[in-house]
Amino acid sequence: MPRFALVDGNNFYVSCERLFNPRLEGRPVVVLSNNDGCTVARSAEVKALGVKMGTPWFQMQDLAKRHGIVALSSNYELYADLSDRMMSVLATFSPDQEIYSIDECFLGLDGFERQDSLRYGQTIRQRVRQWVGIPACVGMASTKTLAKLANHCAKKGLAGHDGVCDFERLEAPQRTALFRSLPVDAVWGVGPRLAHQLGERGIRSVEALRQADPATLRRTFSVVLERTQAELNGMACLALEDVTPPRQQIQSSRSFGQYVEDLPALEEAVASYIGVAAEKLRRQRSLTGMLQVYLRTNPHRLDAPQYQKGLTVPLPAPTDDTLCLIAVARWALKKIYRPGYAYQKTGVVLMNLCDAGTVQGDLFSKGHGNPRLMQVMDRINAAWGRGTLRSAAEGIDKEWTMKREKKTPAYTTRWDQLPEAR
Amino acid sequence: MNPMKRSGPAFGRPATPSILRPAAHPRPGGRPLFAHAVRAGFPSPADDYVADTLDLNEHLIRHREATFFVRARGHSMVGAGIHDNDLLVVDRALTARHGSIVIAVVDGEFTVKRLEKRGARVRLRAEHPDYAPIDFQDGQELHVWGVVTQVIHSFVA
Repeated sequence: MPRFALVDGNNFYVSCERLFNPRLEGRPVVVLSNNDGCTVARSAEVKALGVKMGTPWFQMQDLAKRHGIVALSSNYELYADLSDRMMSVLATFSPDQEIYSIDECFLGLDGFERQDSLRYGQTIRQRVRQWVGIPACVGMASTKTLAKLANHCAKKGLAGHDGVCDFERLEAPQRTALFRSLPVDAVWGVGPRLAHQLGERGIRSVEALRQADPATLRRTFSVVLERTQAELNGMACLALEDVTPPRQQIQSSRSFGQYVEDLPALEEAVASYIGVAAEKLRRQRSLTGMLQVYLRTNPHRLDAPQYQKGLTVPLPAPTDDTLCLIAVARWALKKIYRPGYAYQKTGVVLMNLCDAGTVQGDLFSKGHGNPRLMQVMDRINAAWGRGTLRSAAEGIDKEWTMKREKKTPAYTTRWDQLPEAR
Repeated sequence: MNPMKRSGPAFGRPATPSILRPAAHPRPGGRPLFAHAVRAGFPSPADDYVADTLDLNEHLIRHREATFFVRARGHSMVGAGIHDNDLLVVDRALTARHGSIVIAVVDGEFTVKRLEKRGARVRLRAEHPDYAPIDFQDGQELHVWGVVTQVIHSFVA
């Protein structure tokens, strides 16, 4: 029988912040989305206050004052680095690892001694905590869906011990009682809407979903839900995906910190998104055959005139060259730009990606772009930080950049932002 | 909606800048180490034995994932050779022992001091006569953040 573990960093973004700001320990902390808009991470103290994920920051000002909630802008550079460290540490615990998101991964435990599973789970937690400073929980079971549920139980203290829960170590009656008490939306892949629909048919607990008629599930909902049910009943349908497939399209977009009206500022923004997207493109060794540029005003501002438009441009030949792509993107932007609107967001999408190694040469073009220049650019930017060497089209001041007023330093990725000790 | 929880299969995670991370491969600019003496005029067959380049990370870092860099401030540790503005290599994978130089959390701030453990008595000691030691009584918990393994002191501005 296969065995899986799901390891998940607790309140990951908050834990990253606490590692370098020990004063935040024990205090209510939230991390806000881009432009300091909504809550994307909450410490246990904030969850206890009843703050839901996604709550806009401006709606919780009173609560924040009353309880001394600390709000931080998201510091993705820090989170990505600590995530990488955590995943490398976890990789030493199993030959099979699937990194599922920035803060969680599956480990294959086939052939591991089941008797030792709880101790192994504790070793994993302790190692991640000590080495990387991130508290984590471990769920173990015979399928991925169950492992994720076990992790949920470990984290909430519903089953298992000290942040480790192995469903295989629970007696059958104990397990059934647990599944009866768990709402159906605790299951991986069952979102609020599906949970509501299931509820209308009397399926409210995990146990009820386990017992439901599979054929009906497939007919009324989907084959995916039928598979989820099989996984809940211990039949593994999902294998570990150890290779993340290269992305099929690459997006880069941001909301502006303030409204932008004039074309030059939009051009700078678009150029810099291309810079980011093209670098990703080259890192995964792809070329893009099609480029989309879009812009829009704020649809929630009912008092202001609204405009939104996108333009997709097929390229004469696939390329990964930042400068070529910027030229095309600026051309497209000029086509869709209308003066007199307060733009809130613009972005680019690179589509029709293909492998850089397998592109058919174009008999009539001499090759597009300057690969050696791109190589130098990527190398300089890797060594000295993103944007050190960039196209002048991206602008110097970047007045349009997003608001991140409460961002902590990039403690682990910038020489000039290291933590200090007296 | 929680952006960290995805409902579909895994695509890549966000790109990671890894400047302060020991490089997997030596950076361009590493010096090749010649394993033989140079003799002028003779095209040496020993060139086949050019060894790997020296990577300083390899020398300074034992546990890549657990190693962080911290900037030293002030003069409390000059006796141990740590000066203001020095770069400290900190390994969280190591267990602090009596005599270890550690990064500890005192009153919510990072401090670098020598750890002294005598029986149940725990103390953080500065290496400078002007700084008093910090004593930890029974039940008072000392939070050691990491063990300092190296100090990098620069002689040029």
